[in-house]
Amino acid sequence: MIYLDHNASTPVRPEVADAMRSSLEDLHGNASSLHREGQRARAAVERAREQVAALVHARPSEVVFVSGGTEGDHLGVVGGAWARRQEGRRIAVSAIEHHAVHGAAEVLAELGFAIEHLPVGGDGVLDLAALDRLAPDTVLVASMLANNETGALQPVAEVARWAHRRVARVFCDAVQAVGKMPVDAAALDVDYLALSGHKIGGPKGAGALIVRRDAPLSPLFRGSGHESGRRGGTENVPGIVGLGRAAELAARDVEAEGARLGDLRARLERAIRAAVPEATIHAERAARLPNTVNASFPGARSDTLLMALDARGVAVSAGAACASGAVEPSPVLAAMGVPRDLAVCAIRFSLGRTNTAAEVEAVGALLAEAVRAARGATPVTA
Amino acid sequence: MSGGVDSAVAAALLAERGDEVTGVTLKLWCYGTSPVSPRACCTLDAIDEARAVARRMGFLHFVVDAEEVFRARVLQPFLDAYAAGRTPYPCALCNQHLKFGDLVSRMETIGADALATGHYARVERGPDGAMGLHRAHDRTKDQSYALALVPRAALERAVFPLGDLDKGQVRGHAARLGLEVWDKPESQDLCFVPDGDYAGFMIERLGERRGTAPGPIEDATGRRLGTHSGIIHYTVGQRRGLGIAAPEPLYVLALEPARDAVVVGPRHALESPGLVTEPMNWLLPEPPAAGTRVMAKIRYHHEPAPAHVEPLESGGVEIRFATPQSAVTPGQSCVLYDGDRVLGGAAIARSIAAGVDRPRPPAAPSPRWP
Repeated sequence: MIYLDHNASTPVRPEVADAMRSSLEDLHGNASSLHREGQRARAAVERAREQVAALVHARPSEVVFVSGGTEGDHLGVVGGAWARRQEGRRIAVSAIEHHAVHGAAEVLAELGFAIEHLPVGGDGVLDLAALDRLAPDTVLVASMLANNETGALQPVAEVARWAHRRVARVFCDAVQAVGKMPVDAAALDVDYLALSGHKIGGPKGAGALIVRRDAPLSPLFRGSGHESGRRGGTENVPGIVGLGRAAELAARDVEAEGARLGDLRARLERAIRAAVPEATIHAERAARLPNTVNASFPGARSDTLLMALDARGVAVSAGAACASGAVEPSPVLAAMGVPRDLAVCAIRFSLGRTNTAAEVEAVGALLAEAVRAARGATPVTA
Repeated sequence: MSGGVDSAVAAALLAERGDEVTGVTLKLWCYGTSPVSPRACCTLDAIDEARAVARRMGFLHFVVDAEEVFRARVLQPFLDAYAAGRTPYPCALCNQHLKFGDLVSRMETIGADALATGHYARVERGPDGAMGLHRAHDRTKDQSYALALVPRAALERAVFPLGDLDKGQVRGHAARLGLEVWDKPESQDLCFVPDGDYAGFMIERLGERRGTAPGPIEDATGRRLGTHSGIIHYTVGQRRGLGIAAPEPLYVLALEPARDAVVVGPRHALESPGLVTEPMNWLLPEPPAAGTRVMAKIRYHHEPAPAHVEPLESGGVEIRFATPQSAVTPGQSCVLYDGDRVLGGAAIARSIAAGVDRPRPPAAPSPRWP
């Protein structure tokens, strides 16, 4: 299988698996226990906290361990906005946020907040001019650092500059960016930043929310003082250890790996164009993650093309699935103004550490064949 | 894989014998707002059940969005037929356009050699070299009637693993293989109208307005007996819900959409010596010669009746029954058999009135059958 779905999940790095295995075998204690077994577990957790902090240029005390991207998004968006409900009950989220951020906004809407959606341009990049139209009681603005579907990088530092001239705080979903490009939470000047373990070679079920020292946070899980009162629940020690090790490796490798992936992506785009000249690459003009290509193949519907590629040994993503598991046209592409008949033919290729140049070169011929087959299957409706 | 026990066992038996199976569930309907019923095969739970079967048997499963095709090829004709005073048979269209249309066209995408479904039917190569469609071993479950509109070419690659089994054996296999659907209740109604209230579905869910105007209930001489609330609520042969007191039970004889009229009469007036079909889908290399003796089945629970076939210019046929048949219903399928073999099928265009020898031109505009 040529695995080109690293934005969905990327393999756990062997060093991470080793670290987690020894943690499972050796660290029995509860990290909150006061005896030496507890203290050994606590030491492992705190070491991971330093590793995660170093990856995104934050302070260890600013790292809150959570269960992954979705929880980080909820804790940052709901916990950040709710903490400031006396100052204003309005937040703004970019139209192309991950479902988890839109879901968190929905929670706030049920709690009486107004939710504004910030548009993006045809290049998939947030339209900064829309910020000036926001009401002054906006207490939080959410903008992801890199879009999960197109890879388009977002002007988060500019959003933060705008927000901090006002009363707004900034939440940044950096789940897709971390590990693929250098991320500096301090330089971005964001108040909350979410990242996830399984996108960087760590385990599923572990992630972190960076909460800047002066940023208020209303915890979602309460009743115990874990994570300095910011997230109740016994620490997932093996997961946190794995996340920490993955963060350490990512910090070490990110520059070289980013360059390597950028080269692979250029090859992949050439292969796509050679195989299917009429393909459209979305957000092509934007600065993008080095590993992500989102392309539409006119006449070949995403769900059909995904099956055709799967049968030919290539794993890709056809965007989000609805509750039934059927592929739905991407709201991100819709927000970019991509016509529906093109949006329903979009496929995301996302490269990662395990991919080689030979694999990428092989994709061209398989893609040409799969597109031909998928076009034959596209139903002609009256 | 609908999520029911039949398609589950069909797929599981193939996987068990070592075939490389890919399970596909067609998403025909937006599930976000679908009414939930344990008998419905079009719910999210049903998709999960299909997926669970695939996981248990160790094969791949995909959900394919076929909503557009379903809407254009099944749902719209369903609505148009009711509006034209007919009683459509959407399962025939679903088999024709979705299962043996859309899915067949998807076979190449995954390099599939055969398309298996959980229908109770058999395919057999005939002496003419062509693959023929035959009735299932279990006559009480036989679904060849619902398959008569499938393209003949699709039969070449069709596999019906349940064709030689009865329902008890199928449930037995499901239990033996540990499939949770083994005791799932039978679906009785159309999958997209699980509560059986077709008119309510069309009017409330789809906003249909045609066929909902009140109009006269008349006898065959044109005498007004009462008022109805829209022809969409009626079907030929129906006795209940007329709300008319009469010395003998009255049945719906015909629906006349041009006048919004429901024509009723005594039971014997339902009898018809024959019918005319829409263009036939022949499952034979050559249509049968004029005058060929066949068995004709005119609705799902009808016992096939002896008849003669007369091919028409239109591509349809005129059927003359050996003895008159009751409630010939426009829109239902007329399927012709030679023994167990299905010769072909088509929607019934109209019945032939007793005592009328030559066909009249149709009184109402025909619905558009794609």
